[in-house]
Amino acid sequence: MLQSIRTAPPRYWLVAIVVIFFVGFPTVITSFQTSLWTQAIVLAIAIMGLNILVGYSGQLSLGHGAFMALGAYTSAILAHHYKIDYLLTIPIAALLTGVVGFLFGIPALRLSALYLALATFALAVVTPSLIKRPPGLTGGVQGILVRQPDPPQFAQDAFTTVTGTVMTSDQWIYYVSLLCALVLFWLAWNLVRHRPGRAMRAIRDGEVAAAASGISIAGYKTLAFGISAFYAGMAGSLFGLATGFVSPDTFPVSLSIQLLVGVVVGGLASIPGPLLGAIFAYFLPIESNQWVPSQTWIPAQITSTVKNAGPAVSYGAVLILIMMFAPNGIVGLINWGYAIVKRRLRGAGDRETGQMPPDAQTV
Amino acid sequence: MGPKAPRLAALAVFFVTLAACGGTATSTPQTDIGITSDSILLGTTNALSGPAVAYGTIANAENAYFTYVNSQGGVNGRKVTFQILDDAYNPAQTVPLTKQLVEQNQVFAMFSGLGTQAQTSVRDYLNTKKVPQLFVATGATTFNKDFSTNQWTLGWQPPYQGESRIYAQDVLKNHAGAKIGVLYQNDDYGQDYLKGLTDGLGSNASMIVDKQSFDVTAASPAAQVAALKSKGADTVFLFVTPKPTIQSLAVISALHWTPTIYLNSVSNPQIYMAAAKKAGAALQNVTSVGYLKDPTDPQWANDEGMKLYKTVIANCSTCKPEDGFNIYGVAVAYTMVDVLKQAGTVMTRKNVMDIAANKLNETNPFLLPSVKVKTTSSDHFPIMQEQVITWSGTGWTLQGSLIDERGTIK
Repeated sequence: MLQSIRTAPPRYWLVAIVVIFFVGFPTVITSFQTSLWTQAIVLAIAIMGLNILVGYSGQLSLGHGAFMALGAYTSAILAHHYKIDYLLTIPIAALLTGVVGFLFGIPALRLSALYLALATFALAVVTPSLIKRPPGLTGGVQGILVRQPDPPQFAQDAFTTVTGTVMTSDQWIYYVSLLCALVLFWLAWNLVRHRPGRAMRAIRDGEVAAAASGISIAGYKTLAFGISAFYAGMAGSLFGLATGFVSPDTFPVSLSIQLLVGVVVGGLASIPGPLLGAIFAYFLPIESNQWVPSQTWIPAQITSTVKNAGPAVSYGAVLILIMMFAPNGIVGLINWGYAIVKRRLRGAGDRETGQMPPDAQTV
Repeated sequence: MGPKAPRLAALAVFFVTLAACGGTATSTPQTDIGITSDSILLGTTNALSGPAVAYGTIANAENAYFTYVNSQGGVNGRKVTFQILDDAYNPAQTVPLTKQLVEQNQVFAMFSGLGTQAQTSVRDYLNTKKVPQLFVATGATTFNKDFSTNQWTLGWQPPYQGESRIYAQDVLKNHAGAKIGVLYQNDDYGQDYLKGLTDGLGSNASMIVDKQSFDVTAASPAAQVAALKSKGADTVFLFVTPKPTIQSLAVISALHWTPTIYLNSVSNPQIYMAAAKKAGAALQNVTSVGYLKDPTDPQWANDEGMKLYKTVIANCSTCKPEDGFNIYGVAVAYTMVDVLKQAGTVMTRKNVMDIAANKLNETNPFLLPSVKVKTTSSDHFPIMQEQVITWSGTGWTLQGSLIDERGTIK
């Protein structure tokens, strides 16, 4: 036992530190700030799903906001019309969205990358209009209010013991989302390191070669779509819970774009990437809108542009910078920095050992 | 002095304090979160970016009025601070931003938040927290009609249903044999208008020969307008937002069609009429309603309210004085300040909400003469009077007298 702890690779320690950080975080920040981090974590789940599709299996989707909408509405409708406990509806919503995603993956097989992007984009565009159609079921344009559950007794007791304050629903929802995120990230990590993950990467890097090695292209491509939609569905369900309200305008086209930005910025085909990407994609628009205008040293023209055009400007600027200087995203940047430090520590001689460098994309 | 002296002294201090407290409690001014001895903190969410960015100027105009009031000494000696956050018209952003204003920035009240879906998304939250959600910037009827279940929420402008009831009256009076075609936006706003029209026509609802729905994300309403024409309509109701309204007006002229046109008040500011004209619309037989003074109308040139508006709006460098949304913002801010002034020394959320919902009786200088902003314990629709206006080719002309729809929406 002790032996295995001592020999654990550094990344295990890093994971432990990150998990402890996220578990302990709500005990030191306010309930309101916790609710912001809940949204970031929920976004991380959706981005992880998109990462499996885009990063690992090489299929582009601009319509993941639509899958989130499906998940959110499934949960909201079950909880509102059929009085099922919202927490129980989360896996149902995820499974249903996964099945729909799997079915969507079948026609998607016939589309090449660019056309697939267009088809999924169309899905994102029609979703808000589609939601309005059966108003009896979806609440139409009025949306559905989701009652945020009170924390159960054991959670309240535990929270009060640690912080001495009463646990709010926002804090409870944070822990629910965090638990879902941990499970889903662990599943993703296992998935990509084993047979399906290797098959997806093989397809991404060369379909013909993959087929020649006996990989079922159609099977794994639709599987990737299904798993990816499963993640998005769960994220959507949690999103509805965290905002307490679902309506057609909650899932605009820009949400799908935001997810894609998160994947790219975090780092394609990496496990920690989606988490970093989500924190970036969620907090950048908020910070850029409120922080930039408050800074006196930034020229007035830039301030007013940011103010009038909203987060799109900051998104664009940062995205261009990342593409120029860190094409593998934040994770790529960190790996690069780590490699330099390691090289320095080991000494220059090691460089010429002729060893194959570890594949950064498998983490 | 004996050893008991300190204890006696403490007891004496205790009683003196008690007496002091008892004596002053009745006259001590009451305050609440967001109120200090020299400030009042209000918050709002508005669309400063995104698809509905045209409304964003409302928040700036409101801020211009608060700046003006502060320069005149504030509200009973307190300066109003107004925090504006951008939700880009997305309800998913309205929720965290409203929580931020309430929990982190500790605002006294939310004022004039924009958008029906956005304000619905935070209505439960604000009512649970007992934070006033005052004078929401939407005409959705629910914000006034459902006051009994949401006692911390109140709208301000005339509800859409009330407005289209006025159109129904006007049609019945002036175009009794009309064949009505309706183009409505497929959301709460368009459907609210349609319901008001249908209810207002009552037994004559069969005058509506065709209804076409339009999704705000669609590129153009041309197909729907052409369908209305082919169904034989001779009177067209446009219950859509400014952009599709301008497009519809242009399409009507392009089809060489000359129906009687009714425009909803959201889309009738003169800048949009000018845009429609530029796009090739003939703008014949156009009717709408108004309750605000139009800043471009020359008849108000020497009006005191309009002069005040021009002074106020000069405090906002990005606001165009001729934009109808700005006088809306200034007018609603006027009501807010009026409520705060009336609250006097009892600056509690409960008292302010009570005055706004039950005791308003105000003459607002930015509204048409003799429009009253009024609420009672049984009526929570502040503005229910509007006047029919027709387009003269260069501006809106007031027709007839004010029409009062108070008490018609149950």
